[in-house]
Amino acid sequence: MAENALTEPGAAGFLHRYEGLRARLPGQRLPWLAARRDAAAEAFRAQGFPTRRVEAWKYTDLAPLTQAGFGEALTTVDGALPLPRAAAPRRVVFVDGRFRPDLSDPEAPVRSLALHLPEVEGLLGSLARVEDLPLVALNTAMFEDGALIDLAPGEDGGVIELLHVTLAERPVAVHPRHLVRLGAGAKLVLIERNWGHGESRYLNSPVLEFAVAAEAHVTHARMQQEGKGGIHLSTVFAHVAESGTYDSFLLHAGGKLARSEAHVTLAGPRAAAHLNGAQLLGDGQHGDCTTFLEHAAPDCPSRQTVKTVLAGKSRGVFQGKILVDQIAQRTDGYQMNQALLLSDQAEIDSKPQLEIYADDVKCSHGATVGELDENQIFYLRSRGIPEAVARSMLIEAFLQEAVEGIADETARAALSEAVSGWWEKVA
Amino acid sequence: MLKIEGLTAEVEGKEILKGIDLEVPTGEIHAIMGPNGSGKSTLSYVLSGREGYEVTGGSATFNGQDLLAMEPEERAAAGLFLAFQYPVELPGVGNANFLRTALNAIRRNKGEPELDAMQFLKLARERMKALSMPEDMLKRGVNVGFSGGEKKRNEVLQMALLQPALAILDETDSGLDIDALKIVAEGVNAMRGPDFSSLVITHYQRLLDYIVPDRVHVLMNGRIVQSGGPELAKQLEASGYNSVKAA
Repeated sequence: MAENALTEPGAAGFLHRYEGLRARLPGQRLPWLAARRDAAAEAFRAQGFPTRRVEAWKYTDLAPLTQAGFGEALTTVDGALPLPRAAAPRRVVFVDGRFRPDLSDPEAPVRSLALHLPEVEGLLGSLARVEDLPLVALNTAMFEDGALIDLAPGEDGGVIELLHVTLAERPVAVHPRHLVRLGAGAKLVLIERNWGHGESRYLNSPVLEFAVAAEAHVTHARMQQEGKGGIHLSTVFAHVAESGTYDSFLLHAGGKLARSEAHVTLAGPRAAAHLNGAQLLGDGQHGDCTTFLEHAAPDCPSRQTVKTVLAGKSRGVFQGKILVDQIAQRTDGYQMNQALLLSDQAEIDSKPQLEIYADDVKCSHGATVGELDENQIFYLRSRGIPEAVARSMLIEAFLQEAVEGIADETARAALSEAVSGWWEKVA
Repeated sequence: MLKIEGLTAEVEGKEILKGIDLEVPTGEIHAIMGPNGSGKSTLSYVLSGREGYEVTGGSATFNGQDLLAMEPEERAAAGLFLAFQYPVELPGVGNANFLRTALNAIRRNKGEPELDAMQFLKLARERMKALSMPEDMLKRGVNVGFSGGEKKRNEVLQMALLQPALAILDETDSGLDIDALKIVAEGVNAMRGPDFSSLVITHYQRLLDYIVPDRVHVLMNGRIVQSGGPELAKQLEASGYNSVKAA
């Protein structure tokens, strides 16, 4: 098979690619990693790509992925690339799944995973399950590189932008793997951006693992701004120890088909999680925000507000499961998902799910679906504000509550900027 | 100036305005009084371009422009302002952001430079002081959690900032205590001048003690049935709308 040929469609194509690449993948001389990749490939072979017959994939159809062929990312040459404006003072850049030191800030506490694989034996795959998550299995078999952020106890990693760019001059498939470990009391704000340009079809399927030790705090702003033909399938795992925090915000603003999963475990008393998000879906886009949150220790608070705005013929999905173990007494959980339909042809599917085994628990959830209020639009227009701007202001107001929850200013500003003016571009 | 001729309009297939003729010359304040259901609010919405109000005949021009052919934002840009009877709450839209966006939209249309955040704040604070509005009202969501009086003052603040050529006040007096009423009236009187006209719509004469109109028109059953000087308002207060019907 020529290096730049496209695979045959479906899981078989990816498995053939794995066979072809296997000997050349980074870390193949590490027996534990080679074995792990093989086992993951086997798990992927056994499961295949999920179909809508699988309950967790009822609302998201991977046909655009499984009916097309993909190629390997070519080795990129150094030089100028069209990059978005930096969202944080310190940025590290990955292009088509590979670290680009020439575009990255050397001061950022981020290293290339591919170059430090011997260090991560106990970390890589410690949270990411492959047996029931075929996309995670595929990533584990195929990943070439990713970010390794390993903060010592008490270390402050500052604010870092982790930018992944898919060039997509041809239909590539990339599988970045990022590992983040925070020692006790460490701090980090990570703005993870997945960015693409052009119209071409491609797959970006990252997996991230966050191991958050006691009293460590991580803010994770996930910004999906893929190109028009991009398929984005990401999975995040976070394990939060006693009094630690995983504070996340997911933005779906680009791509053709996007699903972001989060699997978060509150493993120690008083660990906290925020799983907020916003999806901005224009004509022809599909966005799926799926979260699994396990309260596995007592006295843990969790907050989730997810807002979806749908225009044209778009489809949005929210699936949020909260599992409260028997041990997790005095859990304080809150979940809210709201959708704003801007067109008759848009569709939102919302599936909140609470499973509670403890008896002393405060858990509330709610869901709403609405439209823009014509009275509000008229009020703004009567003050001289053009209709498109008026709609835009009300859409941003709807998203405001979710964005406001982000404590870090840089992350909040980056998200606000990505959200602002969306409607004027779509309309 | 505003010129309305033979204006008819319906809402949900029901004719509400049955032929309005009215002229408000530049620099004058006219009051429209009438009982509930006479078509007062419909007239204000038709003039400001709200959807759902279908003009079936007649015309309305503003400084020679065909008002009825314009979008609501174009009418505002041309200098028309409607103070709402029920100001709309906009949760999540900050009042300062709202006011500045509106002001800059109007300024852009006039070919004037836009105001930056600092210039805007200075101007807004000045205007708010004149209306005895607490400054924190800039930080809150538009009309969210505002009392009835605060909402009406916020309407007058918008008018003071946007400096319209014609302001339609739709029952701005409803739900106000006497102190708030005075403040609102002072806000309108401060706008008075040779380039400012206003159409003050009210059910009661009380507001007209503070905003003294040049002319008073009585609207009943979709038509102007009587016009006169400010004394007409007093007469109505004394004898009620039934006396007009009898006339």
